[in-house]
Amino acid sequence: MTLLRVTDLVKTFGTGDTATRVLRGLNLTLAKGEMAALLGPSGSGKSTLLTILGTLMQPTSGGHDMLDVDLTRADDAELTLFRRAHIGFVFQFHNLLPDFTALENVIFPTAIAQGRETDAARARGADLLTRMGLQDRIHFPSAKLSGGQKQRVAVARALMNAPELVLADEPTGNLDRASAAQVMELIAQINRDQGTTFLISTHDEKIAALCARQIVVGDGIVTG
Amino acid sequence: MLYALKIAMRYLTASKAQTALLVVGVALGVFIFIFMSALIGGLAEFILARTAGDMAHITIVAQARDPEQLTPSNGVVLLAVQSDTALPDLRDGAAFLPMIGAMPAVKAASPQITGAAVLQRGLRAAQVAVTGLQTGQESAITNLQGYLVAGDASLRAGTVLLGQSLVDDLGLALGQTITLQATSGARASLTLSGIYQIGTGGGPDRARAYVSLGTARGLFAMPQGYSRIEIKLYDLYAADGVATQIVQQTGLPAESWTKGGAQLLEALRAQAQTGYFLKSFAMISIVIGISSALLLSTYRRRPEIGIMRAMGAKRSFVVVVFVLQGALIGLMGGLLGATLGYLALLPFPTRDNFRAGVLPMDITQGSYGLAILLTLIGAIAASILPARGAARVDPVTAIGQ
Repeated sequence: MTLLRVTDLVKTFGTGDTATRVLRGLNLTLAKGEMAALLGPSGSGKSTLLTILGTLMQPTSGGHDMLDVDLTRADDAELTLFRRAHIGFVFQFHNLLPDFTALENVIFPTAIAQGRETDAARARGADLLTRMGLQDRIHFPSAKLSGGQKQRVAVARALMNAPELVLADEPTGNLDRASAAQVMELIAQINRDQGTTFLISTHDEKIAALCARQIVVGDGIVTG
Repeated sequence: MLYALKIAMRYLTASKAQTALLVVGVALGVFIFIFMSALIGGLAEFILARTAGDMAHITIVAQARDPEQLTPSNGVVLLAVQSDTALPDLRDGAAFLPMIGAMPAVKAASPQITGAAVLQRGLRAAQVAVTGLQTGQESAITNLQGYLVAGDASLRAGTVLLGQSLVDDLGLALGQTITLQATSGARASLTLSGIYQIGTGGGPDRARAYVSLGTARGLFAMPQGYSRIEIKLYDLYAADGVATQIVQQTGLPAESWTKGGAQLLEALRAQAQTGYFLKSFAMISIVIGISSALLLSTYRRRPEIGIMRAMGAKRSFVVVVFVLQGALIGLMGGLLGATLGYLALLPFPTRDNFRAGVLPMDITQGSYGLAILLTLIGAIAASILPARGAARVDPVTAIGQ
């Protein structure tokens, strides 16, 4: 069952002589429940693709549908609401809010949606952190967590609103081998248990091997 | 809104030193605003009390009558004028006095008999302007009771009130007798019953003597009527209208203080405008301070703003977070500044105790509520620009920083 589809996706930065075409008619389909790795050299367009799929940026041209919604026609407010409800992010550098605790970071997407931190959100956030093995770090300031712990908090945050799609941009790129394995194990477990679709951008072939599908991007198109 | 408030407060508490510095800066601006309000207001109060406050807001002065023409009955063409040495008087004044006193805008109406006289004590003499006041109304226009430094302000038959300078010049003491001789030659022996000090030197303290209305009648040979009626109003700026009303209703020549005091009125207005300028500058400095601090804050927090946007925060949410930060800073700074301003004004004498040579700070004119309200509004206005800038942050670029 198709979750998202992009067709003839083009993204050009700049205009005139300085214009750079990063995506050159890329086509991609992701099914619900898939766990896919996005491979490719630096500058191949992986990050730009993730950004467009995450509705943080509109393509220059081409189609982008998710859950049967044509996202290329949506304005900023509509994209924000769609992103909030259906997409989770895990960034390479975790990008937690440093002045908030681990739990506050995790429940942030729900609190934004509901306008306040509810008891139900706190309970779900604590449950997610426990599943990430961080039960003793729930109320810990995020700035004082280790790199691996921060990334696991970021994974919990990405899952907080139970999104259909989680986009992970080099989620283990900044972690040691043990922490990377731990994070990937968690992602695989959530994919299996909850059927959440993951698209993981990585340079690491060992990480890519843990995914059921490998998508190779080169020169702005899918090459394999 | 609640969640935005939580984030705003967290941002403020996360940078305690920066927030404290900012709040103190705002408080300083509010402190200056309040201090200037109290000073300008107090100064205006002081000037008014010493000028318009101590003078009649409306004066009805007896007009000198034109000499009567005498035409002899035998038909010889001859024009002569009758000699008239008597002081002009307001014969109708007594009839209209109760009506004037009952007007809602009128605080007090004081009938007076005035004239010139020579004050003598032994071989010493001084020329004085004598004012006869009705007993019980000694402080109705000029607050003689407030300026009294010795004795009693109550004027009875045979008593006189003199200024401190004149008393010093003549070497007088309370209870001593002086003689007043009017230009008509009439004399009155009076006991010094009170000494006042209006200013720091000459003027009314050296050249004026207050006696009872009865004493003045005898001295200036005015068995009925008054020389003038001085009227004090609750609102001195209503004088023009009330004076017109009196003229229309009584036909008496009532004149507003503004006719002769245009310069004073202008000075008071100029002073008030100076106050507005100074207070505006204080407010502008608050707005600039908050705006620049929040601009720095939004720049520093660009990655976090990017994360918020990526997590589904609308642009309006980001705006609210930073506007609330500005509002909280304004509120805290406003409250702190107002409290400090009030405490700083406490040691100054109250408006009823203003004295020459002391800075007339009026604690009741600190405009505390207005200062807090304006600071809050200013802080919100100051934060809108940085907040809108924050909301426009591109999450992709910000997260990549």
